[in-house]
Amino acid sequence: MEAFLHQFLSGLANGGIYASIGLALVMIYQATHHINFAQGEQGMFSAYVALVLVQAGFPYWAAFLLALTFGFVTGVLIERVIIRRFEQAPVLSVVVVFLGLLFIINSLAGWLFTYNVQAFPSPFPAGLGSRFLSAHEIGMIGVTLVTLLLIYLFFRFTPLGLAMRAAAQNPDASRLVGIRVGWMLALGWGLAGAVGAIAAIMAAPIVYIEPNMMAGILLYGFAAALLGGINNPWGAAAGGFIVGVIENLAGAYVVGTELKLSVALVIIIVVLVTRPAGLFGYTIMTRV
Amino acid sequence: MALAHGDMPGTLRATSAGAGARLLPIVALAALLVLACLVPFVVSSYRLLQLTSVVIYAIALLGLNILTGYNGQISLGHGAFFAIGAYTTAILLERTGIPYWATIPIAGAICLAVGFLFGLPALRLEGHYLALSTFALAVATPQLLKFRLLEHWTGGVQGTYVPGFKAPFGLPLAWDQWLYFLSLAFAIVLFVLARNLLRGNTGTAIIAIRDHPIAAASMGINISLYKSLTFGVSAMYTGIAGALSGLVAQFVSPDSFSIFVSLGFLVGSVIGGVASISGAVFGAFFIEFIPNFADQISKAATWAVYGSFLIAFMYLMPTGVAGFPARIWKRLRPSRAVG
Amino acid sequence: MTALLELRELGVAYGQIPVIHKLDLVVEQGGITALLGANGAGKTTLLRAICNMKVRNSGAILFEGRRIETWQTEDIVRLGIAHVPDGRGTFVHLTVEENLTLGAYTRRDRAMVAQDFERAYTYFPRLRERAQQQAGTLSGGEQQMLAIARALMLRPKLLLLDEPSFGLAPLVVQEIFHILRRINEEENVSMLLVEQNATLALALATHVYLLETGRVVMDGPASIVSDNAAVRRAYLGY
Repeated sequence: MEAFLHQFLSGLANGGIYASIGLALVMIYQATHHINFAQGEQGMFSAYVALVLVQAGFPYWAAFLLALTFGFVTGVLIERVIIRRFEQAPVLSVVVVFLGLLFIINSLAGWLFTYNVQAFPSPFPAGLGSRFLSAHEIGMIGVTLVTLLLIYLFFRFTPLGLAMRAAAQNPDASRLVGIRVGWMLALGWGLAGAVGAIAAIMAAPIVYIEPNMMAGILLYGFAAALLGGINNPWGAAAGGFIVGVIENLAGAYVVGTELKLSVALVIIIVVLVTRPAGLFGYTIMTRV
Repeated sequence: MALAHGDMPGTLRATSAGAGARLLPIVALAALLVLACLVPFVVSSYRLLQLTSVVIYAIALLGLNILTGYNGQISLGHGAFFAIGAYTTAILLERTGIPYWATIPIAGAICLAVGFLFGLPALRLEGHYLALSTFALAVATPQLLKFRLLEHWTGGVQGTYVPGFKAPFGLPLAWDQWLYFLSLAFAIVLFVLARNLLRGNTGTAIIAIRDHPIAAASMGINISLYKSLTFGVSAMYTGIAGALSGLVAQFVSPDSFSIFVSLGFLVGSVIGGVASISGAVFGAFFIEFIPNFADQISKAATWAVYGSFLIAFMYLMPTGVAGFPARIWKRLRPSRAVG
Repeated sequence: MTALLELRELGVAYGQIPVIHKLDLVVEQGGITALLGANGAGKTTLLRAICNMKVRNSGAILFEGRRIETWQTEDIVRLGIAHVPDGRGTFVHLTVEENLTLGAYTRRDRAMVAQDFERAYTYFPRLRERAQQQAGTLSGGEQQMLAIARALMLRPKLLLLDEPSFGLAPLVVQEIFHILRRINEEENVSMLLVEQNATLALALATHVYLLETGRVVMDGPASIVSDNAAVRRAYLGY
């Protein structure tokens, strides 16, 4: 029973990471109807920025905030400079653009920071740990929950958050009330970049930092978003926690760690085949 | 991620050109074929290997184009069928007396069945959900190939060797030249087959399902059957390509069928022009040669250069290389005033 | 009376397809101008052109004497032009209150915005009842009211209305038009009204333009146009 609880709680801790990435993916999807395949790489690069700052002597939380800001600014820049030019392009072409972005960021990280696997510091004192969760896992859950809460409050209660929601839902009507839709999009990318940075920085102490660290996490984030329903940011977050638990339990009790990635995905696909809109999503009715 | 009609070049076009104009593409194609047949005797061994890969990739990409371009079903997992094809050949040659050339159609048949079976549950999935499912298939493939229980057949992590062979009938061809011609022969047959399929009634049905599934269904087209069959045929093409690649590499291992193979196919398909037959050839050249080219530009950040190429190509040619001449032509012609 | 909005030789096209040909039109300060015409005459396109939405323009659009035909939609709105588009353009997933808040997005005067909320609810009491409801759950008439109320939150100088009567029950339409008249008289909001319902439009408007396949075929004060026998036969049915 103890082992089960440990796997379950540990899964929730990982799930927080997947929830954050899933949220970032859905934020961009809602605004642009595209999946940002490079989301993981953006986060990874920001995590490297944090590492470099820490190694240069910055206190952890200062480096954290700076890396976060870096993630935000680069997110805005990527949207304004690259993504904007493909607004009218066919869907598959945009997918290739995202893949291109993925390759570029990944390769730049490898070039600048080497492909060596490195340790990443955790700011949470060991005393925080308990029987079921390590100190970092507890801290991870805390940080991701705070992040999700702040994002929720931002979208729900601030005028800018409202404007961003409007711009994502109905760009034309938004223009008619004076919202600068283009900049709302860029802001969305910035926020997603910041959230992705947090996810990567939290994950790095566990998975160790290297340019490919986010590949599996992105896949789970993708699965979380779909499981929760791609129209629903909070469904994606919930989906993230569910995926985290499924992954851990599948790995511990069903198949070994080698196949746990595939098994988790299979389970998710089974859910999708039975309920295509995801657990919390809604189907969009299109008129014939 | 619904694929819209406007995305695709290469929808059926009625040509009202005269007999003379019709002759031109045939002559060009014939010249190209003659050139292709002469190539093995003039290029280096390494180049020949690269060109053989191009032919093989063209077959694989054609399979993907049929599914994604013409039928609108996105697949990020065609690397799995490529792997099945390669491993089928390897296992059959290792354990049975079946001649190497016969393993190729068998690999195709197996992939046809697997693709069809995968297509059935995939019917319920659209856009991103289908993308994720096929992506999961691609991710799972190397893991399954390494799986302990199948090790006896697959050779596990280390992989299996594929036995070599000589050119038949004592033809004065080196092994790699023979393999090139073998691949080319399969490619020609498969391309002609695809062309006839897509230009006929089946093709119309397939395209109709992509553009207006509800209208297609109300005209009596059995959507489920066609979509699953298309998946099967698409998998068959890529499986045949996989079988050929196994023979060429003389070795199969799980890590040669990572997710990057599937992503590479998608990239090649889109760059070449996803709803075209000729696009498969352009795409094949791209995924074979551009990574090397990028490597020459920068050894340290090869994939950054490659990624930049991808973005640049998509900016200049959003509908792929195959659709590019038509787009330029449209830009250059003076716009007609509509009354 | 001064011209608030002036269109000079306006040509509008969707891509390569021209829809409006060299059109001249004036909306007087404080007046209500109606644009009548059958389906496909180009009325909606005209309103879109004024806000520069997905159309190509040639010719001049002047607002308060300033040329705005190259301006972005978001900036045109900030001049005080509020557009109630066909299909209402409400944010269906947001609440009524959030819709109204967005109407005032470009304004900086907090206190006045609060007052304007009150005023909106006074004009449209039903919206107050449904303030926290999702806009998509409102009836057609209520959504139209919401769309107009949201436009008013801008404190516009000019209100563009695209077929406000479309798909609504007659009683509801009467109510809405009554409110429009009040708004025009009490707040001095000028209006450009596109309507297929000629009777209603002629009763409300001060000036009328008749549009056919992208060209103005007749214009004049509402009283004179509605007396015209040909117009009556074609648009009013008697």
